[in-house]
Amino acid sequence: MATVSMDQVNKVYPNGFHAVHDLSLEVGDGEFMVLVGPSGCGKTTALRMVAGLEDISSGIMRIGGREVNDLSPKERDIAMVFQNYALYPHMTVAENIGFALKLRKLPKDKLDAKVKETAEILGLTEWLDRKPGQLSGGQRQRVAMGRAIVREPSVFLMDEPLSNLDAKLRVQMRAEVSRIQRRIGVATIYVTHDQIEAMTMGDRVAVMRAGILQQCDNPQVLYDRPDNIFVAAFIGSPAMNLYEATVGDGGRSVKLGSQHVDLPDAVTIRHSGLTSYAGRTVVIGLRPEHLPAAHAGFAGPVLAGDVDLVEALGSELVVHFTIDAKRVVAEGAHAPDAEAATISGEGVARVDPRTPAKAGERLNFAIDTDGIQFFDQDSGAAIWT
Amino acid sequence: MRNRKRTGWHRVFNGVNIATFFVVLFIGLPLYWLIASSFKTAANIGVDPPQYFPNPLSVANYKSAFVQYDFGIYFRNSLIVTLISTALVLGLGTLAGYALGRLPMRGKFTLLVAFLMISVFPEIALIAPLYLLLHHLGWLNSYQALIVPYTAFNLPFAIWILRNYMLGIPREMEETGRIDGASPLRTVWSIILPQALPGIFTAGIFCFTACWTEFLMALTFNISNNFRTIPVGVSQFGTIDVTPYATIFAASVVATVPIGILVFIFRKFVISGLTSGAVKG
Repeated sequence: MATVSMDQVNKVYPNGFHAVHDLSLEVGDGEFMVLVGPSGCGKTTALRMVAGLEDISSGIMRIGGREVNDLSPKERDIAMVFQNYALYPHMTVAENIGFALKLRKLPKDKLDAKVKETAEILGLTEWLDRKPGQLSGGQRQRVAMGRAIVREPSVFLMDEPLSNLDAKLRVQMRAEVSRIQRRIGVATIYVTHDQIEAMTMGDRVAVMRAGILQQCDNPQVLYDRPDNIFVAAFIGSPAMNLYEATVGDGGRSVKLGSQHVDLPDAVTIRHSGLTSYAGRTVVIGLRPEHLPAAHAGFAGPVLAGDVDLVEALGSELVVHFTIDAKRVVAEGAHAPDAEAATISGEGVARVDPRTPAKAGERLNFAIDTDGIQFFDQDSGAAIWT
Repeated sequence: MRNRKRTGWHRVFNGVNIATFFVVLFIGLPLYWLIASSFKTAANIGVDPPQYFPNPLSVANYKSAFVQYDFGIYFRNSLIVTLISTALVLGLGTLAGYALGRLPMRGKFTLLVAFLMISVFPEIALIAPLYLLLHHLGWLNSYQALIVPYTAFNLPFAIWILRNYMLGIPREMEETGRIDGASPLRTVWSIILPQALPGIFTAGIFCFTACWTEFLMALTFNISNNFRTIPVGVSQFGTIDVTPYATIFAASVVATVPIGILVFIFRKFVISGLTSGAVKG
């Protein structure tokens, strides 16, 4: 049991590439911390620095209060699950799980007992004599977990452990990994590029981009109060709608393309910082669920959009629409193909399944002003008070 | 496309099967002739029409190879020289292949190109200088006169095979080993080597075959009958007047057996060893 603390940790490769910038992060005892970000954001490098597989260029890394900068992976008392599992193909499941204990020269009877106990936790008992090549993806994944937990490490590190599984199994293993982590109660750092995994599994989620920590908080805070455009766009699916808007009336209204939207007092109080943006362009953020269809006689602010496509999911309709405001794209927050699709004024709304939405028609969306967000156009920072 | 059902003679006489048949015929027929002839009497070897099956069946040729000629000595010499050379090549080649395939190292590429150049260097060009060198060392007519050059000539190719094989083993294997607490040597021994076995077997069989059949150096460096290997020894069977073909056939059959056994035991590994480097590396 231990905590992990990173204090101004940097990683600069010999070729000059600065992979991680001044990363400061605390992972509490038993906490499930997820590092998330697009590929190449430095999350895996950060994890490998915790593991000791990558040198630290500057800063201090502590595990359980002890500085570990110069300690080998073995001395750090950590366990790691790799993306490709890295099981030893020539050893049976039991030998794979027991290898680290064998190296510690644990007596045979104790070793067997521990391997058996671990296999039971993971439901691997009947596969103990098999070789990894004879197992399914999910079983291999569990063996990799078993190999890590059998050692009772003080820190658990996982590098995209679910990304090699198919979608259905991934959802199942997501729950299982969380369950096992709570059961063994060890501080865990989990790296993923999948924001859904991050949101569903993490006690706290650290969002990284280009080697810089953007925001670290519990998933709901990240969703409700993102610190900047990148976090806003990266967290949530479908992604937040981001448009350029001009602030008018000293911060009491915005203009989205040709549409004028009055902001209620609650919004102007919450985002009092907007007053200093009067007459300037900001980025407005609206999550799809904050754009329900406006029923007849709705008095609040509405946004009218031309419906392009309606996807019926049963519980809701996902409506793709277009408005004449300029869509803002947070660089790196979306998959490249998604970015290309959102260059125009497209947006997404999640509306009641009984809404009579049809492609080609115009639909009024009621803006749920509680969920409205504003960002500085240049810095991307959220605008609050 | 028309979906032709492969039934009847189409299934037997398709292109692949016919090609395979000719390949087998091409390789198999001489081998059969060798084995069949080794059991014929000396008089029946060159008869016309040829005898397709030995009649009478005789093992006299085998006896004469071992008794009349010193085939036993040659076999022993070949075995000693080949096994020691192969062991040295594999020992050094595995370590070098690991280093070149997986460790950060300056001048790796230059070294590899140099190895490749050495491995295609014509043996005959080095025979004279090597002879002088061995003469000065007092090594002519000894096992080391063959073991050292065999090791040197076979090592580069073995290093290439092993390096390519090592490249295909995921980097995470070593990292997991480090995290599990294995020392570097333990990691190589317990984690990397077992996974490199197909590559090691492949390199081993190539090296074994090359040493086992090498003629030029064996002929030049070891003139003494006590240090002759099979290829040289068998070539010296007979006198100026008589070439005992039947005995030579019998000796050749015995000489083929070890390679046949090796390939048979390790065939599964060799096939995966030959292909894996190409695909993964």
